[in-house]
Amino acid sequence: MPEHLIIIGAGPAGYTAAIYAARANLSPLLFEGPEPGGQLTSTTAVENFPGFPDGIQGPELMQIMRKQAERFGARLVGETVESVDVAAAPFSVRTNGGTYQAEAVILSMGASARWLGVPGEKEYKGRGVSACATCDAPFFRGKDVLVVGGGDAAMEEADDLAKFAASVRILVRTAELRASPIMQERAKANSKISFLWNTEAKEVVGDGAKMTGVKTLNNKTNEMAELKADGLFLAIGHQPNTGLLQGQPVELGKGYVMVKPGTTQTNVPGVFAAGDVADWTYRQAITAAGTGCMAALDAQRFLAHGEK
Amino acid sequence: MPELTLTEANFDQTVLPSATPVLVDFWAPWCGPCRMMGPIVDELAEAWNGRIAVGKVNVDDHGALAQRYNILSIPTYILFKGGKQVDQFSGAMPKEALKARVEKFLN
Repeated sequence: MPEHLIIIGAGPAGYTAAIYAARANLSPLLFEGPEPGGQLTSTTAVENFPGFPDGIQGPELMQIMRKQAERFGARLVGETVESVDVAAAPFSVRTNGGTYQAEAVILSMGASARWLGVPGEKEYKGRGVSACATCDAPFFRGKDVLVVGGGDAAMEEADDLAKFAASVRILVRTAELRASPIMQERAKANSKISFLWNTEAKEVVGDGAKMTGVKTLNNKTNEMAELKADGLFLAIGHQPNTGLLQGQPVELGKGYVMVKPGTTQTNVPGVFAAGDVADWTYRQAITAAGTGCMAALDAQRFLAHGEK
Repeated sequence: MPELTLTEANFDQTVLPSATPVLVDFWAPWCGPCRMMGPIVDELAEAWNGRIAVGKVNVDDHGALAQRYNILSIPTYILFKGGKQVDQFSGAMPKEALKARVEKFLN
């Protein structure tokens, strides 16, 4: 017997979908995957989630959402989905623990921090290279660090890091920042923070045990340079986790799952998408939760009536 | 098998002479990915049942250990075997990935 509903992903979208689906007696099976809790687990205070006037820690918020889903009978499984087959119903979902079948699937795999993909980056991850300033900033007290990126996230990371580091240089690929004016002003007013324009990180260098610097390219003058630094923090955005949909009939656009406007329906009847995996515009915890709710309701209707 | 709470005072006597491999988890209570990994590490410690010992270092309380092992990111995991560091890696990961990476060193 196939499951009624499988939910892939464990961020605000997945957990909210699980809460709604469980309360509708669909007994959803949710695969939590490689990053249970999702992006919010690498944040600190979330101050704009309604219902928490004093703010709440990101990991805390995810733990209570998870608990709420469990309370209503959602089955949360710590396996990672490796591939799906949605060419014909029932759909099948293969994880590192087994193969499962379902009449409907909600895709809520979210998005993950983007890496540069340059030599040395992987080797020195955790040895200077980081994508989580809130986790790692305290280890760089009195040190010199670099931040890559020109958006709000980069400004925020630089600000976090400046509380500990001796200097923070921000590598910006273009000649201007994408960050909002208020975030730009804050960063520019901080005497520890400086900017390197038209500058790309090309290679992370180190002594084998930890990184010692970054080779950069000025894309205007084509000049290469080597900057000495103890840390490299990446804030170059996120990419949707749609790799497991490769070769599947689910329509993607710029890597994101496409849904029919105003719904969570993909082009495949019975397959729904919620949260950042289908959202390149809003990308908020609350919008992910909102579309997670919509996906559960859309799936419920589909299962009841076979509606598209 | 309960996990060991490692401190500056007991680290050298506990980890270095251990007959079984020891996986040391460097973490802090304010680190989100560490908190998500906490229960995963706990489950593995239970499953290994002493074949691989698991110890935790709170880097807030034991900064000297974090410094000694060049911890620049948390969570960081260091696997000790015969008193030597045989592997070191950082960041949250699925349970199966952590299990496979560590169990490779069992023989």
